[in-house]
Amino acid sequence: MSPAIDARGISKRFGSGIAVDRLSLSVAPNEIFGLVGPDGAGKTTTMRMLAGVMRPDEGSIVIDGVDVVKNPDLAKAHFSYMPQRFGLYEDLTVDENIRFYADLFSIPARQREDRAARLLAASDMARFRGRLAGQLSGGMKQKLGLTCALIHTPKIVLLDEPTTGVDPVSRRDFWRILYDLREEGVTIVISTAYLDEAERCHRLALLHEGRLLQCDTPQALKARMPGAILLVASKQPRAARAVIAPLAGVTSTLLVGDNVRVTVDDAARRLPQIAKALAESGVPFEPPHLAPTTIEDLFVTLEKPLGAAA
Amino acid sequence: MSAAADSGLAIVARHLTKRFKAFTAVDGVDFEVRRGEILGFIGPNGAGKSTIIRMLCGLLRPSAGQILIAGIDVAKRPEAARQRIGYMSQKFSLYADLSVAENLRFFGGIYRVPKDKLAERMAYAVAMAGLAGREDDLVSTLAGGWKQRLALGCAILHNPPILFLDEPTSGVDPVSRRRFWDLIHDLAASGVAILVTTHYMDEAEYCDLIMLINQGRIVASGSPTELKHTPLGGRMLLVECESIGRALHLLTGAKGVRDVAAFGDALHVLTDPDGETSIRALLAAGGIAKVDISPIEPGLEDVFVNLVARPAAAAPTP
Repeated sequence: MSPAIDARGISKRFGSGIAVDRLSLSVAPNEIFGLVGPDGAGKTTTMRMLAGVMRPDEGSIVIDGVDVVKNPDLAKAHFSYMPQRFGLYEDLTVDENIRFYADLFSIPARQREDRAARLLAASDMARFRGRLAGQLSGGMKQKLGLTCALIHTPKIVLLDEPTTGVDPVSRRDFWRILYDLREEGVTIVISTAYLDEAERCHRLALLHEGRLLQCDTPQALKARMPGAILLVASKQPRAARAVIAPLAGVTSTLLVGDNVRVTVDDAARRLPQIAKALAESGVPFEPPHLAPTTIEDLFVTLEKPLGAAA
Repeated sequence: MSAAADSGLAIVARHLTKRFKAFTAVDGVDFEVRRGEILGFIGPNGAGKSTIIRMLCGLLRPSAGQILIAGIDVAKRPEAARQRIGYMSQKFSLYADLSVAENLRFFGGIYRVPKDKLAERMAYAVAMAGLAGREDDLVSTLAGGWKQRLALGCAILHNPPILFLDEPTSGVDPVSRRRFWDLIHDLAASGVAILVTTHYMDEAEYCDLIMLINQGRIVASGSPTELKHTPLGGRMLLVECESIGRALHLLTGAKGVRDVAAFGDALHVLTDPDGETSIRALLAAGGIAKVDISPIEPGLEDVFVNLVARPAAAAPTP
């Protein structure tokens, strides 16, 4: 099957800085593909280039068989793009905003009514159809933006950080809509700075400073993380950390709430050593246990050699 | 330092209430933050978090209740109370077209750091942020992690015993974020009380204590570990099967299923105690036969979503 999106060696420079550096990625039809990285990683620039609103300095982009760099206008019929700040009309109601976008995309009246009703129900927004967009909370605005962006039925949607500033409850509604779309056969590219959210995607591209660090499924990425993570709960986490940090085989320690998160080279070997050191120190602790690796753990190990931390 | 601060209580809020006409934004909230404690306020948009912070800062007068900041009654001496607070919001606090030193001097002025102390405090902030040698660089040229640490440096220039952080690390790269939280823990260890507001669960995890706020009330509180063990009235199950989108539909709103969320090729399902059997039956009836189900520990997000009352209308129409 030919990819839904095929970007090869795309770069974008702004002045002397490089925002995106020879990035290549291929998105399969009907997957939820995540562009993941911190602010400044190049997510938005990449999205803009994919959407054909910004020309790459070099490289090629093909979406659904159409060359976006050469024919941006032709390509636009094949996808829907929701930029970070979606253009809602604050002095129009929810319904009026939807109608406006439906007109823009020339959606027949019957179809738009069905679709709007479904999208609003899925995002728990049906009660607010008469409310002015300017009076919606941040999360509701984002959901309305998504509804407007999806009022036509695209094969591919590009969503640039749609959940920034959105609380977990609304975020779940949001993801529910994305999985519904996927059920309809839509391909979804979504960018996020939240690494925990990344786990909801089928495949991830981890971006840092404009470059692609890794690209794979969340499970495969996490499996690549060297070493293991041990969690040590303690009533005195700071004291526990001071005992653990200098021990052999401990790569890093992190205080997370009432736990110390310890990265070790070899869990089986280090676990008893850590327990012994803590017992001898008199610091209270719960028996250490193995914790699942997160995308953030992997990101930290990948990012370190790039010299981000002084 | 006043008696209340010596007693270890940095912030005391008693029956704090704020009404806007008929709407009660904050409804009889009680809490305390001790010196050296990191308290996280989490809650959905519009839960009342920022209204509480505005009242703590003396920017908004409570309809009822009392606030003590380092022992000072905010209603009586708002200026003096504000002097005890450092405030950092990652997104808005720095001037991009001023240099590092200019930003620090500017905030030194705002926070009225005495002239003879300013040089020493600026040196401390620069060293903490890892910006030695870059004092004359424009803030706009700094990467996110440095900006964030500089914003922290500005917020604590006047050596406040209380620090407010508003989504301090959202969007920052993970290495910088971990370094930032190390700095926060050091500040806490030196006795500073820290109040974090966020709706990102991975940020909330770093706090010693979390208060979940919804519709103006505290609906749950405890350490992150305690909160994760909050009885949700059911079991969290990891359900792996094909056609996740369809499975999501089949299970949403079904009898015995309280909540479903998709994660890649799996679902997190909160069910009644005997939920496994009914999940299998529901999926089989929808033509999904091959199903793996295993129990998992709920994450903070699961707890959050399930404690925040959701209207029944949330179920999508297929």
